[in-house]
Amino acid sequence: MKAYDVTRLSLQSLQRYPLRTAMLLVAIAIGVAAVVLLTAVGEGARRYVTGQFASLGTHLLIVLPGRAETTGSGIQGLLIGETARELTLEDTIAIDRSPRIRQVTPLVLGAGTASWGARERDITVLGTSAPMLQIQHWTMGSGQFLPPGDLDVAQPVCVLGSVVATELFGSASPIGQWLRIGDARCRVLGILAQQGLAGGFNVDETVIMPVASAQQIFNTAAVFRILAEAADRDTVQAARRDIIEIVKARHAGEEDITVITQDALVSTFDSIFNMITAGLAAIAAISLVVAGVLIMNVMLVAVSQRTAEIGLLKAIGARRRQIMALFLTEAACLSLLGALVGIAAGSTGVWLMRVAFPVLDFAAPRWASLSAVAVAIASGLVFGILPARRAAALDPVNALMRR
Amino acid sequence: MMELRGICREYAVGGELVHALDNVDLAIQPGEYISIMGPSGSGKSTLLNVLGLLDRPTSGTYRLKGEDVSELDDDALAEHRQRHIGFIFQFFHLIPRLTALENVELPLVLAGVAPRTRRERAAAILESVGLKSRVDHRPDQLSGGERQRVAIGRAIVMQPSFLLADEPTGNLDSKSGGEIMQIIEQLHHDGIAVLLVTHDPVIGGRAHRHLSLRDGKIVGDRNGGGV
Repeated sequence: MKAYDVTRLSLQSLQRYPLRTAMLLVAIAIGVAAVVLLTAVGEGARRYVTGQFASLGTHLLIVLPGRAETTGSGIQGLLIGETARELTLEDTIAIDRSPRIRQVTPLVLGAGTASWGARERDITVLGTSAPMLQIQHWTMGSGQFLPPGDLDVAQPVCVLGSVVATELFGSASPIGQWLRIGDARCRVLGILAQQGLAGGFNVDETVIMPVASAQQIFNTAAVFRILAEAADRDTVQAARRDIIEIVKARHAGEEDITVITQDALVSTFDSIFNMITAGLAAIAAISLVVAGVLIMNVMLVAVSQRTAEIGLLKAIGARRRQIMALFLTEAACLSLLGALVGIAAGSTGVWLMRVAFPVLDFAAPRWASLSAVAVAIASGLVFGILPARRAAALDPVNALMRR
Repeated sequence: MMELRGICREYAVGGELVHALDNVDLAIQPGEYISIMGPSGSGKSTLLNVLGLLDRPTSGTYRLKGEDVSELDDDALAEHRQRHIGFIFQFFHLIPRLTALENVELPLVLAGVAPRTRRERAAAILESVGLKSRVDHRPDQLSGGERQRVAIGRAIVMQPSFLLADEPTGNLDSKSGGEIMQIIEQLHHDGIAVLLVTHDPVIGGRAHRHLSLRDGKIVGDRNGGGV
């Protein structure tokens, strides 16, 4: 008997009982759709959370001087006499040469006073360079950010945080004006859009200057932090090792810096949400097993309803394997059709959820849809075995006597 | 040929042993036309089922075309049925969702014959039993006589040597029954051995050899009469 004939005969017997077939299809479809929908919710939540982190810069590496395991050990380090070698602009340039680093920027921080005309205000001076805008995902309100250029050139320019701009200049346009910071003067290139708090630090109340200018104001050659962005998420760890090696080579073979990655935190969340999604899939898959039990029930009824037919098939020469193949194919066709209906229904549901909650990026992972279909077919086959064996084992004389 | 030697078939019915066939010896030559008659419970159907390899004897040996088939497994028996034996039943046993043509095709499907070949053969067979215009009808669209003709088509589509008919006219009016008997006798003329179980002495009388059964034993085996 050819596979084509087995399938055709199975489909014909499914057609003969349309209501029952439809009910079973619905049972399987619900199971598959449940897997699709629940995993889409899990995946949507995962994407939302990791997306939030990504907007903070998931590829970000923060380099600080000293081998402290926790940040903010500066004072403690001073008290116990630890003298960390300071980071420099040269370290920044060296780090930038690593192919695993997309861009890097130094950071110098200090308190200062800014004045324009008669107005004066305490500010935080933030010395950095052009890549800072991208690394921190800042957006410009108006004008330009710091121009690209050599790190050690102290250009007399600055960019204002939004609060500084409004408080010093009021309604006047600051761009092009000369601002006085301590003893230095600098021309305002642009104003940041309002950024709010980021890491407990209010960017809106800062004046951003080229790093060399800031170093002149504070009379220092040191760099407070170096911010680096890895080429992509997969290279964050390699980039981290690179930074440590590069700086170690420059610091006389001493590993005296700490590199913090945000990626460690994100990947923890990532794996938590993946576990949740897998758990949801497993819960939904239980309904597929229930659908399998339903298939078994209905197939057992079908075997007893079609006893005479099975007897006839045996009388005209059907082998055991052929009878089993007919019933197993029928179960497999049912599960496959049900699974396809379920995928269609589930995808429609996911689409509706996306329309209803555009904030969350719902999407059933491919593995979930594929394994839902696989589990549906497997459960149809496994639970089809008992009825199929029963059919194959029927005694032809007794089977033919039943009509 | 079919050769039974010392065949017994016993059933346990409610704790009691029933001897449906009791030490039966029988030889059937190719091309014979045999009626099997006897009262209800005499073992006629059991004899037919054993001869048709649907049922296994409890003891004794059965040689079909020279081969001992008493000890074969289910699949080997199925293969012998497929190659040598056609069945006609009182209640037709057509598959309701298949058309006349598909019902006749079914043995060829199971045997793995290519679709085009089997369709041609099934169509030719249906034409030979006078159902050319009914090939696409389903059983519930056919009369009793027509259904039995489809069943005959299915029984002979594999070109068996033996045709086993269990009360083939038992569920038909006399006119349709007569037509069915004509077709069966035509098949006998074409060389198929026909074994006919019947209650009806008129129909049974048309055979060339008459077996009488009582209590599982052959109590009469005579030649004569017939068409």
